[in-house]
Amino acid sequence: MNPLELARAVPGPAFTITLDGRDLEALPGQTVAAALWAAGVTSWRTTRGEGRPRGIFCGIGVCFDCLVTVNDRPNQRACLVRVRPGDAISTQEGTGHGR
Amino acid sequence: MGAEPGLPRLTIVGAGPAGLAAALAAAGQGVRVTVVDSAEAPGGQFYRQPAAALGARRPQALHHRWRTWQRLRDGLERQVAAGHVTHLPDHHVWCVERRPDAPRPFTVHALLGPDQETPVEVRADAVLLATGGYEKVLPFPGWTLPGVVTAGGAQAMLKGGLVVSGRTAVVAGTGPLLLPVATGLAAAGVTVAALVESADPKALVRRTGALVGRADKLAEGAGYAVELLRRRVRTLVRHTVVEAHGDDRLEAVTVVALDAEGRVRPGTERRIPCDTLAVGHGMLPHTDLAETLGCRVEPTGAGVWADDEQRTDVPGVWAAGETTGIGGAALSLAEGHIAGRSAAARLLGRAPDPGEWAEAAKSRGKLREFFGVLDAVYVPPTHWTEQVTDDTVVCRCEEVTAGAVREAVGELGAGDVRTVKLLTRAGMGWCQGRMCGPAVAGIAGCAETVARRPFARPVPLGVLARAGETAEEGDGIP
Ligand SMILES: Cc1cc2nc3c(=O)[nH]c(=O)nc-3n(C[C@H](O)[C@H](O)[C@H](O)COP(=O)(O)OP(=O)(O)OC[C@H]3O[C@@H](n4cnc5c(N)ncnc54)[C@H](O)[C@@H]3O)c2cc1C
Ligand code: FES
Repeated sequence: MNPLELARAVPGPAFTITLDGRDLEALPGQTVAAALWAAGVTSWRTTRGEGRPRGIFCGIGVCFDCLVTVNDRPNQRACLVRVRPGDAISTQEGTGHGR
Repeated sequence: MGAEPGLPRLTIVGAGPAGLAAALAAAGQGVRVTVVDSAEAPGGQFYRQPAAALGARRPQALHHRWRTWQRLRDGLERQVAAGHVTHLPDHHVWCVERRPDAPRPFTVHALLGPDQETPVEVRADAVLLATGGYEKVLPFPGWTLPGVVTAGGAQAMLKGGLVVSGRTAVVAGTGPLLLPVATGLAAAGVTVAALVESADPKALVRRTGALVGRADKLAEGAGYAVELLRRRVRTLVRHTVVEAHGDDRLEAVTVVALDAEGRVRPGTERRIPCDTLAVGHGMLPHTDLAETLGCRVEPTGAGVWADDEQRTDVPGVWAAGETTGIGGAALSLAEGHIAGRSAAARLLGRAPDPGEWAEAAKSRGKLREFFGVLDAVYVPPTHWTEQVTDDTVVCRCEEVTAGAVREAVGELGAGDVRTVKLLTRAGMGWCQGRMCGPAVAGIAGCAETVARRPFARPVPLGVLARAGETAEEGDGIP
């Protein structure tokens, strides 16, 4: 059983978002983080100092580990921001302002 | 909204069990209540719901005490429909300002939406802080690897997004929250390779006095135990995770046994392959809004001080739920109910009658005692810092290592957390030390103190500059 089945979820139709230009399917209502987890992705940023990969840690908006660039806006918390059809998510490097 | 301009206004920050119980208790008495909450839907952490668009027909599969939630939800809907309660979801409060001589002495400053750019101000005659808490995690080598998440975070992603981060998980750390997390993940199809608890719950048996009063809580614990057995989750008590392995992603953890003193027993290392580690070492209360209001906070940061009516020491400010100390959803409900009754009575110019909340007060007393016992038992291993290598990152935001913290203390002579922070930048990043506070104190060997944070959330400079000039939310009092 997966969590969607467990909760007997009947989500609205899936739509497409992109992660670094690659198409992914997302469900309405999901946060960016949930959509990425569902696609098997667990890291989407590298740290400013050591360039280490990071993704979700606290899951509730407190730790800021999950920062990501959404439609060219860097430093969005993936655990809070909802996906919308056509969103372009990109891996955030460093502060997200450097590129 | 302008229909009842004369009614006093209570603004509640937080729509978890505490905030909702308070809202219902107060709205029933004839005050206007505004509930401001950062989540998109009410419920807080315990009653976190899947997003409506996910169309969950059986969200209760991931929940406990569903009937209590139904009562809260239905009550809220009724009070909102009747115009007694306004619910402002997706509002992130960064500061509550007190101006004792203004027509309404409190201004709650919030930012709309997760991108947090649009400011909103809510005026109130009294405020009730019910902001709950967040999880504490102590560092160990590898804890920054993707795939390592807080236990509550795994739970939040599961309850709210109906997602998990992999197929095989280890749930580890200490405290009662590990139980619902392990059973929740297992129910959702994840193989839970082990539940690793560093404390020895047998110690609870020696303190039965306080536990007897809460047979329901014991039954709840026993229920989880049965569930774990049924799902064949191996439980290792007095064990701890000392390292998470992997390059760019978690691949395995090393688990060891602990002796009676909380030291690693040599030769007991075992490696457990997993792609998810859900880890937590207890909870910490959100005290920042209370701090800026000048409310008394327990010196160790363990919670906002409140009297029997749940009043803080600042006139017009109440606090309820885990903001005042960690104690679970049932205690939050009881405190919220009392706070709501007290605030309503005082706003209407009456001295409240504690007889109105006798039931809740009794339950509060017993639950506090119960959690006092749990707190004494579920503590991280006494010698946890011995496992933290010098190159382990302690402050996740600023990438400050344990070695740097030790150097600040040893060679540079720092004697308190503040000096360590100034010398190393630990705690100066995005999360403002919320994640590394207890770890830095532990590794530096100094006392944990209340962190002073002027803002509960990051605020864009433009918003800060304009604060106080924005249009009034609600009634027309300038
Ligand atoms: C991630 C997580 C998951 C948890 N899961 C469980 C579980 O499954 N089972 C269990 O028994 N216990 C769980 N807990 C423990 C839980 O904290 C309590 O049981 C209970 O929810 C506490 O109730 P509360 O009303 O005090 O606070 P909460 O339920 O935490 O509610 C606080 C509310 O305030 C809001 N808030 C906080 N700060 C602000 C702000 N500045 N501006 C606006 N809104 C704000 C939050 O969004 C939240 O909705 C969890 C804790 C965490 C941190
Ligand atoms: S995971 Fe902590 S802020 Fe998003």
